This record gives sequence, C-alpha cells and structure tokens, in this order.
Amino acid sequence: MAEPALSETDVDAAGLAVRLRAVIKTYDSGVTALGPLDLDIAKGEFVSLLGPSGCGKSTALRLIAGLAAPSAGTVDVSHRASKADGRHPIGFVFQEPTLMPWASVRDNVRLPLKLAHVTVKEAGRRIDEALAQVGLAEFADAYPRELSGGMKMRVSLARALVTDPDILLLDEPFAALDEITRFRLNNDLLELWRKLHKTVIFVTHSVFESVYLSQRVIVMTARPGRLAREFRVTTSEPRSEQFRTSAEYAAHCREVSGALAPSYSGQRGA
Amino acid sequence: MSSLQNIGRMLLPVVVLAVGLALWELVVRVNDIQPYVLPSPYVVFQTLVSDWTVLSESLGVTLLTTLEGFIAAAVGGIALALLFNQSKWLEYSLFPYAVILQVTPVIAIAPLLLIYLPQQTAVIVCAWIVGFFPVLSNTTLGLNSVDRNLAGLFQLYGASRLQTLRYLKMPAALPYILGGLRIAGGLSLIGAVVAEIAAGSAGSGSGLAFRIAESGYRLNIPRMFAALLLLSVAGIVIYGLLALGSHLVLRRWHESALGKEN
Repeated sequence: MAEPALSETDVDAAGLAVRLRAVIKTYDSGVTALGPLDLDIAKGEFVSLLGPSGCGKSTALRLIAGLAAPSAGTVDVSHRASKADGRHPIGFVFQEPTLMPWASVRDNVRLPLKLAHVTVKEAGRRIDEALAQVGLAEFADAYPRELSGGMKMRVSLARALVTDPDILLLDEPFAALDEITRFRLNNDLLELWRKLHKTVIFVTHSVFESVYLSQRVIVMTARPGRLAREFRVTTSEPRSEQFRTSAEYAAHCREVSGALAPSYSGQRGA
Repeated sequence: MSSLQNIGRMLLPVVVLAVGLALWELVVRVNDIQPYVLPSPYVVFQTLVSDWTVLSESLGVTLLTTLEGFIAAAVGGIALALLFNQSKWLEYSLFPYAVILQVTPVIAIAPLLLIYLPQQTAVIVCAWIVGFFPVLSNTTLGLNSVDRNLAGLFQLYGASRLQTLRYLKMPAALPYILGGLRIAGGLSLIGAVVAEIAAGSAGSGSGLAFRIAESGYRLNIPRMFAALLLLSVAGIVIYGLLALGSHLVLRRWHESALGKEN
C-alpha cells in the first residue's frame, strides 16, 4: 500500500499537523467519495468534520491515517523526528470500540506497544498512565464483554493515547452511546485535549457535538464530500456544561445547522 | 422453571435409555430369541465383561489410531489453512484437491491406500483424510473473519505479517478452529473404523472394527454388540473431551461459552 506523500519539514515549518491538497478519493466501483478537498489543520487544533452519512468524512480520516491512499492530490502529515520507544504519531478511534474480545483491557491497550516491541516494564507504566487518563485504572483486568459501551470507548481511547500520538483521529466515536454517556465522554475528551495538547480531528454527524467540542467546524457537502463552509467557535475556555446551555452555543448551532441543510437536501431518505 | 428444565434435560435421555433397554430385554425374553439372532442387553453386558481382555486391547488399538489420525488432521488442517491464508496462489492451486479428497468416500479410497502403504500407516492416513477437511475449512473461515477495523488498526501501527497472524488472525480464528476440531475428533474415529474394516487383518494388533467384522463371521453377535457399544462410548467421550476443552479455552470471552444472563 502506498504511504501518503510526506514532506514533513514543510508541514512542520508551517505549524501544521495535517495538510490536504486537492485530495480526491475514488473507489474501485468508480464512485467518487471525496474531494477535491483542501484542508489545513494547525498543530494543537481541535477540528470537527461535520457532514451527512456517506459524505466521505471517514474516508478523509482514513487517508490522514494512511489506511488508504488518495486517488489524486497529496496528504501531508507532520511527523515527529523520533518514532522510537513505540511512540506513534497517530492515534485512531473507530466508530465501534474495535477491541479484541479475547484480550483483557490491559492487553488491548498494550497492543500498539507490543507491535512496536516496547519492553514489558515500560509498556506497563504507559498502559497504567493511559488507563488512568480515561478513568479506567481499576478495570485493567476486565474483558471487553464485561464493560458498558461507554467504558469500551474509553478503552479504545486509552489504546489511542498509549503511543503518545501528536494527532488523534476520532471517527464518530460516541455515535452509538446514550446521551448522558456521550456528554460525559465529550467533557473528558475536552479535558484530555487541554491537558495533552494533541491535535484532534473529530468526525461526527452531530451539529451539537461538533460545536460543543471544536475550535473549528468544517461542514462538508454530500457525496462527493467537499468543504461547504467552516466556522470558528470562539468562546471563553475552558468549556463546560454551562456552555452547552448558553445562548451563544445555541446561536452557533443554528448557524452550523443552516450551513449543513443544503448537504442533506439532495439526499434521499435522510 | 429453568432448574426444572435442566433436570428434565439430564433425566429424559436416561429415562428413554432405560425404557428402551427394558423393552429390548422383554422382547428377547418373551419371544425366546436366541443370542446369535438378537442378544438381550444383559447378555451384551455379560459379554463385555467376559471378553474385556480382547475388547479392551482392541479399543486401545482403535483409540491410538484415532488419536494419531486426529493429531495429523489437526496439524495438517491448521497448517494448510495458514499457508493458504498467506498465499492466495497456493490456495487456488490446492484447495480444489482438498475438496476432492473430502467428497470421495473414504471407504472407496481405503483399499487403494492399503495396497500402497503399510497397514498401520494406511489406517492413520484414512483417519486423517476424513478429519482434516473440517479443520481446514473452519480455520480458513476463521482467518478470514477478522474484524475490518481491527485489521486497520494493525496496519496503522505497522504490524508485520507475522504479528498480524499471531496477535489478530489466530485468536480471531480460535473459536472456528475449535469447532473444526470437535467435528474432526468424531470423524477420525469413523476414518479409523472404516480403514480397519477394509484392512480386515487378524491377530493381536487389531482394532474394535475388526473385532466386529470377525465376530460377525463367527456369528458371535453379543460380542459384535459389545464392540459396537465400546465404539459408541469412545465417540461420545472424544466429543465430550473436545467440547470441554473448547469451552475452557473460550469461556472468558467468546459468546458461545457464555451463559444466557451475560
């Protein structure tokens, strides 16, 4: 599989974490899923990609992760100089928890380190740290089936964090959770972002989630996914539950919803 | 309600067995049927005890053949599936022949094998032929049933082929492999029996199937029944052991090994 083209120095010099230029993704079936798309994401930024189902936002995430190659255009991702010690520049959280059912929570979080041949002692320390960050320290020896949906997502998040990545890619991670759990995980994610200074790219189809979480909301069109509009959500940080019920939040949501409406108008059954 | 159901599940087969045996005994006694026509269950049991030396020795021979055939089937089936998984070309080249080997009745192959191979080897090969296919096809199915996102995750973290096989594909395939082994255990016994009957050799080193054939020629019908009973019990025990082993391996995580309330 082709690696995305990396011109790390350029991207790094511009203070960018990710840069997409004229990226197009066409599937073998001939369907164009994405693009052309231009996108700059600054280091440390929290960006949401918002759009209807099938608009290619997950595809964009997979391209950034290097899990798929663009059909045209370039994907640049800033890489740290050292990839040693099992540090991996990208952490990925899927829509489903995507845990190995045969392995305990600890061993699931251990996976990226095991694949990078990190020593058992060092891995143990980092696993404990990652589990503590997501508040699951006492569930290390449980098996995935013994956990609730929200806890499974936390394990998935811990696994993404254990390599201490610069960029966190989240693909509708909380879509299947109940509202209360989702709100809690939203707050925990914001706190992690403030504390760990990661770049976060968050794919969602919820206007409310995107406005609540991100500094910048990128609204995409229906297939093929392109940039429709983007919004900056500026408010007094840190955000909390008060923000969720404020008039300011409601105004932002209304504005973003308005921009999203045309993306849905052409869709059947939406 | 559920505990009553449980007791019923355990008790009913035993009741059916007891009623069946009693009827059988009754029919034989009332009609005064001779043992060389139809022995009563009591006579069969008596023969089992009195002929135990001969029968147990034969049981040992058959079980050893079955075990060897089963191990060959397990190792061969899993190894072949792993090879197929690593190389599509190998799979395309060889898989049809695995199917052919499976669909050709083993009882028709056995006489040929006996011509070209030493008898003991031929018997084991028969047990292997019958047993290996379910292991192969189940393992292949399991290796191809890996969660797509998990595979993506392994790719993201730059896992090598060997790492992906060891940490992802093998554990994901394990429930399927164990299912295949459970089928292969019973089939190995069938393969061994078929080959023994085809071989038909006499002497001290002959298995239970041969005892059945031999007793048939001698009209020693009670011994036929006794040997058959032993074969049946052997099959049940093999299946039970494999099912137990499978349950113990999977009980922490796989749906099939979890209770309903979980």
